[in-house]
Amino acid sequence: MSREEEIKKGLFDHTLVGEADEVVELTQEGIDLGMDPLDILFGALIPSLQEVGRLFEIGEYFVPEMLVAARAMQGAMALLRPLLVDKGAEPIGKVVMLTVKGDVHDIGKNLCNIMLEGEGFEIVDLGVNVKPEEVVAAVQEHQPQLLGFSAFLTTTMPFFKSNLAALSEAGLRDSVKVMVGGAPVTPEYADSVGADGFAPDASAAVRLAKKLMVDMGYDVSMGGDDSEGASALTTAVQAVEELMVKSGKHDE
Amino acid sequence: MNTVISSAKQTVVIGPEHPFVIIGERINPTGRKILTKQMIDRNMSMVCRDARRQVDAHAHVLDVNAGVPVDGVEPEILRQAIQAVQETVEVPISIDSSVVAALEEGLSVYEGKALVNSVTYEDERLETVLPLVKKYGAAVVGVANDDTGISNDPHERLRIATRIVERAADHGIPAEDVVIDPLALTVSADDNAALITLETIRLIRENLGVNMTCGASNISFGLPWRSTVNAAFLSMAIAAGLTSAITNPLEAEIRHTIYAADLLMGHDAYAGNLIQAFRSERKRQQTSN
Repeated sequence: MSREEEIKKGLFDHTLVGEADEVVELTQEGIDLGMDPLDILFGALIPSLQEVGRLFEIGEYFVPEMLVAARAMQGAMALLRPLLVDKGAEPIGKVVMLTVKGDVHDIGKNLCNIMLEGEGFEIVDLGVNVKPEEVVAAVQEHQPQLLGFSAFLTTTMPFFKSNLAALSEAGLRDSVKVMVGGAPVTPEYADSVGADGFAPDASAAVRLAKKLMVDMGYDVSMGGDDSEGASALTTAVQAVEELMVKSGKHDE
Repeated sequence: MNTVISSAKQTVVIGPEHPFVIIGERINPTGRKILTKQMIDRNMSMVCRDARRQVDAHAHVLDVNAGVPVDGVEPEILRQAIQAVQETVEVPISIDSSVVAALEEGLSVYEGKALVNSVTYEDERLETVLPLVKKYGAAVVGVANDDTGISNDPHERLRIATRIVERAADHGIPAEDVVIDPLALTVSADDNAALITLETIRLIRENLGVNMTCGASNISFGLPWRSTVNAAFLSMAIAAGLTSAITNPLEAEIRHTIYAADLLMGHDAYAGNLIQAFRSERKRQQTSN
């Protein structure tokens, strides 16, 4: 086995168990050896995350294991991102993401961030409990094409409307497309508050984000929509989410 | 310090020298498709079933939440749910909403001294919820976070809890009618989360002396052995000074652990409650076999 192959195997194995230090070290070594960053990403990291998703699906893995694997992947992404940009993989769009005022649930939003970033979007994450005036300020400052609101509580969902009203008041409503999501949110609710789209999970959020970009006349073909890696990541995160939804709630 | 809440027929005392108070969490549509649909259709049959089952499983108080994902209907549904629960069981109710109009609607039909769940340390919340609590002579859950979010520093959570108690006093609500939620977040995302909660409980017990309750099922989100993790957390939290919890009494492990913890804390003379609960469960099992 060549050193390159060993590195890829190591990246797969260490990501699988969430050993961030090792993943970062091996990623740096691969870069220093002149390995293709796309090969590191799609040949090792993403398949590993896909395996995490599969293990979740069969009830073998749990949320903390998914989170450490995702964190390990993010450490590697921090090193790979500038190289991917150098290779001409420009961001396909900018998304401002947030959890609405009064709500501190962010696991779902963070998954969306990882997925959107994996598909080539630039993410500005405003965090949790974000007030309508902060939403307006962020849209003014960052001028994103897309804006994503998350709410995990039926009692904080009305802030979708408050945020949209604040944007209209500031004359910014037409400058961005707004997507919403969160456990209790339904497509009907998204419609009723005047959002541009609803996504029930992170992979749907990616599809929605791309559709909204196309509606606005952007070309999103750079995002690697057809690559196996992207669909692997989609599969992984989807599986993780399904399990989180299952594990997070007692249903009858 | 004792917090007394009541229904038309029962009184429940929350306090450090009393058995731990179980507030049943099940009447809540979040993540429950059938219950959500029934509530939207104003069908209260599952609400009544959940009320009965939780009281059979020794819940002392029932939390009632009607947060369905439809704008504007929560007040009416919460009122109907509370009426249905009152007609079905005799225990006091914790009226659970962050929609002020829903709290008011619920309080207006409630017979007894309710527990209002909840208020945070945010001006608009304090200034709308506390006057209602005062008007109806209820007790209130004060959640130890403010408009900047949830602090990971137990001392900061204590500061916020202290301010909530002070603001309640400004509205004529005595400290014994404020039950602080020290906030239990999932250990899935941060393995210090439980330690932060336990330290907050100790600080509040030593410095404020008020009663505390918390949503104890959060702690185990995303883990296997959820009931075991919840039960372990509850027994540690009870030792640290937690005096009640919003939890699921239908889980035998949680229910049994709370009886055991009460006994170990010296709140169950001659293990009377534990033995009685054991007998009633054994009897039910034998009849169902």
